[in-house]
Amino acid sequence: MTPLQLLADLPDGAHATVAGVSANGTALDAGHLQRLGSLGFLPGEPVQMLRRGPGGREPLAVRVGDGLFALRLAEARCITVVAD
Amino acid sequence: MAAQPALAGAGPLRSVALVGNPNCGKTALFNLLTGARQKVANYAGVTVERKIGQARLPDGRSVAVIDLPGTYSLQPASPDEQVTLEVIEGRRAGEDVPDALVVVVDATNLRMNLRLVLECRALGRPMLVALNMADMARRCGLVIDTQRLAAELGCPVVETVAVQAGGQAALLQQLSEWALPAAASPVTMPPTVPPDGAALQREVRRLLAAAVSGPTAGDLGAARRLQLRLDDWVLHPLWGPLILAALLFVVFQAVFSWANAPMEAIKAGMAAAGEAVSTGMAAGPLRSLMVDGAIAGAGSVLVFLPQILILFFFILVLEDSGYLPRAAFLLDTLMGKVGLSGRAFIPLLSSFACAVPGVMATRSIAHWRDRITTIMVAPLMTCSARLPVYALLIGAFIPDRAVGPFNLRGLVLFCLYAAGVASACAVAWLFKRLWLKNSYQPLMLELPPYRWPAPRTLAMGLWERASIFLRRVGTIIFALMVVLWFLSSYPAPPAGATGAAITHSLAGLLGHALQPLFAPIGFNWQICIALVPGLAAREVAVGALGTVYALSAAGDGVAEQLAPMIAQSWSLATALSLLAWYVFAPQCISTLAAVRRETNSWRYPLAMAGYQFALAYAAAFVTYRAALLLGG
Repeated sequence: MTPLQLLADLPDGAHATVAGVSANGTALDAGHLQRLGSLGFLPGEPVQMLRRGPGGREPLAVRVGDGLFALRLAEARCITVVAD
Repeated sequence: MAAQPALAGAGPLRSVALVGNPNCGKTALFNLLTGARQKVANYAGVTVERKIGQARLPDGRSVAVIDLPGTYSLQPASPDEQVTLEVIEGRRAGEDVPDALVVVVDATNLRMNLRLVLECRALGRPMLVALNMADMARRCGLVIDTQRLAAELGCPVVETVAVQAGGQAALLQQLSEWALPAAASPVTMPPTVPPDGAALQREVRRLLAAAVSGPTAGDLGAARRLQLRLDDWVLHPLWGPLILAALLFVVFQAVFSWANAPMEAIKAGMAAAGEAVSTGMAAGPLRSLMVDGAIAGAGSVLVFLPQILILFFFILVLEDSGYLPRAAFLLDTLMGKVGLSGRAFIPLLSSFACAVPGVMATRSIAHWRDRITTIMVAPLMTCSARLPVYALLIGAFIPDRAVGPFNLRGLVLFCLYAAGVASACAVAWLFKRLWLKNSYQPLMLELPPYRWPAPRTLAMGLWERASIFLRRVGTIIFALMVVLWFLSSYPAPPAGATGAAITHSLAGLLGHALQPLFAPIGFNWQICIALVPGLAAREVAVGALGTVYALSAAGDGVAEQLAPMIAQSWSLATALSLLAWYVFAPQCISTLAAVRRETNSWRYPLAMAGYQFALAYAAAFVTYRAALLLGG
């Protein structure tokens, strides 16, 4: 079985599938996690870590399903994925 | 179109609400449906925009259309989404429940948009689905079986193209034929258990498999590849910021150079109107009220309009094309260092022209506290109204000589701009520290596909902004201008009095009374008097100084005659102190009026005036004392 990874740890350009969204640290509350689900970060959805912002750290441009979103590291660390 | 079993028993369709994801083209569709027949206001008690219009159906009937704020789900995460939910569910006080929901979806991104459709369906209200951007979906190679989708969803599904005249025809046809199914209940109750996102998405996947064929996320069509290539440039760590800088340069250039001619024309027009009234009326208080109060007041409002229109034109183009969120993406880390969101960038940029459109542009910041922080620092960006004051003082006191490759006057001007930006950073940082600590606000910003902005949407957006400015902000500014006219004109000087009339007025008395307060920062009583009418608009202070020094010249002539006069009678320390004061310039009533309107409370404008006054006083004090010590 492929190990779980954090979305934040994927290299640029990598494709993966969302495994789940869960709290990681205290930055995000339950409402924020719910929000990630509303945007489409839901189990089984395909994601692609497109690129990182100037400086190479954050924000992250992430494609999920057919949508494209900018996330910061705090959010991307709450999303577990299985790399394709 | 879908054949729907018509449930009898419901009345005629009177109102529909448009619900949809942000960026699904809902507002463009609303504009197309309602044309100019729309009313924009705020929902009572909140600063969420309430848009209602009338759509004319093919059979001649009218239907009220409510454009609800965009939402990703019915689990509200922002005030906008909260309002959307309350209106749909009929829980918003003072709002009628819409008879039916029109769920607008972006046909090119059903994977995301269908979740909201399913959530809405669970509410049990009569609804239909508008597959917007149907043309774009076809171009992407998507084939959507609307009949199958309608059968699966159990509600009518129509195709719309919101950016094309006539693109709403199918929707109007459906609305007029639609025998409204009886609602499960007149007012829906919120589902007690929030819907499980994963389950919703499984259902979405099933629907997509059943009704949609064509390229999916894995297999990109030509249109998507173009989007990706654009993003390779726009989001590039090096090219991205360069493209952004170039765009900013163009916007700045346009705001300052294109706006010049119409602004001069408005000033000239107002001057001519004042002249005409002056010659047509007998001298007296009524004439003075008309010329110095009403016409001058209207002029001070209208003169902002060209800059506001040009600025909003660019903002709307950048917004509709999908560029703006990408600018926020590029700037997020940089602005995050001082505690601002990347989204604060456009409002702050606007504030270099004038803080009023800047404050209005903060509407794009969803998070309330981020928005307040941005509003609070917006006036620290050096607005164009400060330039006449800077020009006067620099011209009078700073020698015109070279410092290395630079000109000393230019350097001083640059320092004043830099001081404004630096203090904005410091204030935003402090704000974050004192008021927003422990509240991390995630970015979670959608980067929507690039699109050509639709001229109709642009025109409607511009019209909306201009009318909001004239109606809401303009009326307050105008009223205050008339009050200031009264203060500066009454009481009239006693017979045989010498000196300028303004020194005998209430404003003059106020200036004299304020003098002890401002003496520590080196302001003489003439400056104190000029600060009072300067409340209306910063550049008015120049004219007021002219009045105090009893000059007869008008307009640009004032500064020319005034410069040598103040150069003689003021110390350099006083002049530098006044420059420092104007970096913060707390006394702009137009901005305070805009803040009052946008925040719906007096708390924030008062806080703003308070902290700016304190900063201005402190900066002027330090500057004055330092200059005196150094022998100024």
